Amino acid sequence: MSARPKARRFRWHIVVFLTPAVLVYTAIMIFPLFNTLRLALFTEVDNVRVFVGLENFRTLFGDPRWSESFWNALGNNFWFFFVHMLVQNPIGILLAAILSHPRLRFASLYRSAIFVPTILSFVIVGFAWKLILSPIWGIAPGMLDAVGLKFLFAPWLGREEYALTTLALVSVWQFVGIPMMLIYAALLSIPGEILEAGEIDGVTGSSAFWKIKLPLILPSIGIISILTFVGNFNAFDLIYSAQGALAGPDFSTDILGTFMYRTFFGFQLQLGDRHMGSAIATAMFVIILIGVCLYLFGIQTRMRRYQF
Amino acid sequence: MKMMKLGVALLASTVAGTAAAADVTLTIESWRNDDLALWQNTIIPAFEAANPGIKVNFTPSAPAEYNAVLNSKLDAGSAGDLITCRPFDASLALYEAGHLADLSDLGGMANFSSVAKSAWQTDDASVTFCVPMASVIHGFIYNKEAFDELGLSVPQTEDEFFAALEAIKKDGSYIPMAMGTNDQWEAATMGYNNIGPNYWKGEEGRLALIAGEQKLTDDQWVAPYATLARWGAYLGDGYEAQTYPDSQNIFTLGRAAIYPAGSWEISGFNAQADFAMGAFKPPVQNAGDDCYISDHTDIAMGLNAASPNAEAARTFLDWMGTSEFASIYANALPGFFSLSNHEVAMNDPLAQEFVSWRGECHSTIRSTYQILSRGTPNLENETWGASVAAIKGAKSPEELSAELQDGLASWYTPQQ
Repeated sequence: MSARPKARRFRWHIVVFLTPAVLVYTAIMIFPLFNTLRLALFTEVDNVRVFVGLENFRTLFGDPRWSESFWNALGNNFWFFFVHMLVQNPIGILLAAILSHPRLRFASLYRSAIFVPTILSFVIVGFAWKLILSPIWGIAPGMLDAVGLKFLFAPWLGREEYALTTLALVSVWQFVGIPMMLIYAALLSIPGEILEAGEIDGVTGSSAFWKIKLPLILPSIGIISILTFVGNFNAFDLIYSAQGALAGPDFSTDILGTFMYRTFFGFQLQLGDRHMGSAIATAMFVIILIGVCLYLFGIQTRMRRYQF
Repeated sequence: MKMMKLGVALLASTVAGTAAAADVTLTIESWRNDDLALWQNTIIPAFEAANPGIKVNFTPSAPAEYNAVLNSKLDAGSAGDLITCRPFDASLALYEAGHLADLSDLGGMANFSSVAKSAWQTDDASVTFCVPMASVIHGFIYNKEAFDELGLSVPQTEDEFFAALEAIKKDGSYIPMAMGTNDQWEAATMGYNNIGPNYWKGEEGRLALIAGEQKLTDDQWVAPYATLARWGAYLGDGYEAQTYPDSQNIFTLGRAAIYPAGSWEISGFNAQADFAMGAFKPPVQNAGDDCYISDHTDIAMGLNAASPNAEAARTFLDWMGTSEFASIYANALPGFFSLSNHEVAMNDPLAQEFVSWRGECHSTIRSTYQILSRGTPNLENETWGASVAAIKGAKSPEELSAELQDGLASWYTPQQ
């Protein structure tokens, strides 16, 4: 009993264990983040940095030349995200449902094969698909020709109306393994007793999926959605490796990431402007923050959790 | 005293063996990564042989990123000693920012005409900040074998040009013209600024535009877009997704008959293509019209104002003004035509063909480079998008010109 006051003693080990992570995280995440926010409030006049407050944001949203590019990039980004939500995640769930079927043979082979593109570098994926789809050297026109569908072929990456969707689908191809794996893990963690109980009540086959499994994996789907959102709004690599920083044709594949890159670092004749670039980065940060908050407070808190 | 000198020399040679401590090493920033081998094997050894004690490193970056990378390096103080200069406004901005040193007093400068230097001078021509290296000439390179096979002759007028394209298309064994719109700049550089001078009468139109006496919505500036719109039908299938290297490969593999070119392609094409090539200048509208060619002052070399090796760098820049450099450069890189006053003998027939047009036609430079790409929106940049849209037929030439004129007038007072 006399030991009780001892519990009040300051617990140094917590500090000791936290310090390395906090220091590293501060140095490479928190400090750059706040420094970017700070940079957005400055501009350069005659090689001298001057504080201009929110002037960069006024230019970004007020000047028609900047705001047009910004809204174009944001709109493209939303389309990029919707394609992922409508194609990648349903296919991921479907694949996971099929894979978790107990009588499927070679399940682990399929699982690895579908997951492999995820670990490939963006650059490889970008260049490989650029070559596959190339009207000159690519295998896509030949393959379509072999099945008599040549008329369906178009230089997809070169047409304004298709380029962004094509790239979004390439990205779906690359990343469909992630939702598949997460959902697969969630499906495996559903206890057999629940499914058996359902079977006794006459819920089998696909209705077992819709009525029992799907509600149980909803939290995982929520996590996947938010991961997709953050991933897509930070996307840059694929577009850059396939279309370059000008995000052609005519900026039709320009998303916030490439817009920010072009502004911050410059490209071709455009010189880098790190202050304007930081303003765009800040806008991206705010957009993602709002999205994540909507999810956390609007959806996550209302989601029902089941304890087995 | 002599003994001591000998001793120092001996000492230096032993140190030099391991660390080259006695040498000054100059680093060259450039966008010409295609020329890496030529610099390392030909140009630099020639300089080093003549100037012992100075070592030179050629470190190019990707052309698309050169301007941005260079600016960041200069701001950060990590740029090389010698800076390859883009013409006009891009380099002028560097000089004004204090990144390029004033080279007006350099001895070698005497070997360049004022026209050659104009691309790297302040507006009042009082300061020259880069040593001119070369200009490039625009035109069309064609596959001689394909032309012989189809019985075509070199087109002189625009009608003949399109008739030839039509004949090649009808025959079907060659793609009429190898160009894509994927990378955007080709359409403007090898399209608009290639054929355009014949319409706006070269310098006359270019200077009138700068003075505000002509507008981009005038006929002579709109018509090239209308002509470009006719090109679309003769480019390869899927040209919308065709990149610049794709176009080069299609032509050098012998799959296309005509390549809208800049003379800088010559050395690459000579190495890649195994068929005979010829060149023709941009066709004129009517037979007998005066012809105008784009003979663009394209490349120069300046001195990083913050360079710790300024003395050695000036030695190098001075050497660049000699006839030795002019002849090495022009022959190592056929298609980059020396801007110096030295008589330079060129051996390459294709390069000779290009340079012969200087005698027949009026020379001009690209219309968008001087002064007009100083503001935002940058007219050169906008011209890329407009040329692509014209070829694709996405917008009418009149709409495109109106947009360009609005953009230019938004910041350029003589056009308001």
